[in-house]
Amino acid sequence: MGILKRITEWAMSPWGQSVPIHVAWFLIWVAGIAGLLFLIVHAIYVRYFAPAEEFAGSVSPALAAELPRQIPRHSLAARLFHWIMAASMFTLLFTAFLPKVGVQFNWVTYHWIAGSVLTVSIVFHVIHASFWLDFWAIWPDRADMVDAWRRVRRFMGRPAPPPRKFAKYPLENKLYHGAIVATGLSAIGTGVFMMSRVHTVFFPRNPYLFSDMTWGLMYVLHGLAGIGLIALVMVHVYFAVRPEKLDITKSMVFGTMRREFYLKHYDPQRWAVEVSQPGSNRTDREA
Amino acid sequence: MSVIRDVMPAFDLVQPRSVNDAQRLLQQYGEDAWIMAGGLDSFDWLKDRIKRPKVLVDLSGIEELRGIRPAGDGVEIGALTTLTEIVKHPVIREKYGLLAEAAELIASPQIRNQGTIGGNVSQDARCWYYRAGWPCYRAGGNICYADTPEGRNREHAILHAERCVAVNPSDSAPALIALDARFVMRTSKGEQVVDAEDYFIGPEIDITRLHILKPGDLLTAIRIPSTWAGARFYFEKVRDRNVWDFALMNVASAMQVSGNTIQRIRLAVNGAAARPLRLKGVEDAVLGKSATPATGEMAGKLAVQGAIPLQFNAYKIPLMRNLVKRAIGGVEEATWAF
Repeated sequence: MGILKRITEWAMSPWGQSVPIHVAWFLIWVAGIAGLLFLIVHAIYVRYFAPAEEFAGSVSPALAAELPRQIPRHSLAARLFHWIMAASMFTLLFTAFLPKVGVQFNWVTYHWIAGSVLTVSIVFHVIHASFWLDFWAIWPDRADMVDAWRRVRRFMGRPAPPPRKFAKYPLENKLYHGAIVATGLSAIGTGVFMMSRVHTVFFPRNPYLFSDMTWGLMYVLHGLAGIGLIALVMVHVYFAVRPEKLDITKSMVFGTMRREFYLKHYDPQRWAVEVSQPGSNRTDREA
Repeated sequence: MSVIRDVMPAFDLVQPRSVNDAQRLLQQYGEDAWIMAGGLDSFDWLKDRIKRPKVLVDLSGIEELRGIRPAGDGVEIGALTTLTEIVKHPVIREKYGLLAEAAELIASPQIRNQGTIGGNVSQDARCWYYRAGWPCYRAGGNICYADTPEGRNREHAILHAERCVAVNPSDSAPALIALDARFVMRTSKGEQVVDAEDYFIGPEIDITRLHILKPGDLLTAIRIPSTWAGARFYFEKVRDRNVWDFALMNVASAMQVSGNTIQRIRLAVNGAAARPLRLKGVEDAVLGKSATPATGEMAGKLAVQGAIPLQFNAYKIPLMRNLVKRAIGGVEEATWAF
């Protein structure tokens, strides 16, 4: 309870029960500073200390020659989802936290509308990823674990073979996705219930849906998830604009990445790219 | 429930003698400071232990905040001027009778002797859930106890409610809006002057305050231009007890008429929302029309468009409709319609 008390604010309910009411707002600054520190440390590390990337294995020239110049990576549907989610996420973060740091405006309506858009887009994404994409491509597998261990050992200066090239998503991508799933679903799950506390077009207002304690914990979880997303989004934007990652970022805009980038970083056996035949419609499944 | 105690809680009392000193102290202590003018709102909060400031900044010794003086073509009223002084001031009575009338209907003679104009426009909401110290939105919590099926919300908002449904309790505020007054504040950025209607904010902007004063800021004066001096004024306050009470709703209008045609008008109500509402749409709709009960009828209907009653305050919709009607068409001709 000690740490929970320090990161939350509590009040006495009308029934004399001590209940949490929301997260302590100083955590906004903690998340922002933590995110900023990560960016600075990472940028310094990459600039001055990081060794050149080294991967095991190589791609046969014959296979490379068969690949198109632009490798399809993200389908139009996947890209649309990503940018809609990004827009709603930024709206949610700005409307949630700007008023807490002194920028006053009418934020609640924008917040729940953006939350509704995010919820619908997430539902779409889950269905789309489950039935049209390779669902497991974004989740860590055994090869990721083995390679991660090799990278850690090499980072510590201990002997280990070079890791293999990546599958469609590097382990860092997969872990980030996992963190976004955890925080995003926490924010959405609690946010949907919290919409019953304000006037929306979806539910009749019912502030007594849960007990004060349950509501309080829900607000705390919502706040913690939102504050976590501040740092996560900062890190995401940082990597998106890093020069060595720009090919990945561009692929989220145009749908494809350069063949050279693909061959340098990705293992065709772990992320197989088939050349689309005229009239075929494999792009979604490949992406 | 809170219990009023006889003894004041402990806090540091500072009594500045100038606006500069007051502002310096307020900025030094920030959110730990509490501004006290007449003390009539402050003492309840402090004795109930609902608000627990570390430092109380008592403005009563600042003479420059007192008095009514000419300013440009109008008057400037120091924020510490008592309501009684405003009621009795000959220029206010002669030219700005709307404010004199509104001030005279505030509370009781004793309270008007002590209460200040700055305090009246800056006082906090009267919602009893909030004032009882419950952790509602306005107190920094996550619920409005008044906006629930069982909530006692007879006195609460019918317009612009956003999570919190408390209303602004000031009687002088709508009169000052109708007179196109400007509020003079000292902030960290220097002197700031805002239109009266912009001094007040609703919960959609900041759910914990009724006005734009932030910690460290100080309201120093209210300026009334001569624009509406001697206009046709109307003020009406409806309350449960006519001896003294807060308004269930009030209305203030200033009209310039030619013949009986409305040439210009400013109209405001309070008690309908968390901030006093200037009814700009109604003003536009009645311009150029005769100040008759028929126009008032139309204006009243327009004024309540979008009103959403709570469980126990549906009466406020016809109340507001009729107050607006009377403010435009006059009382004698008006009949109450439900």
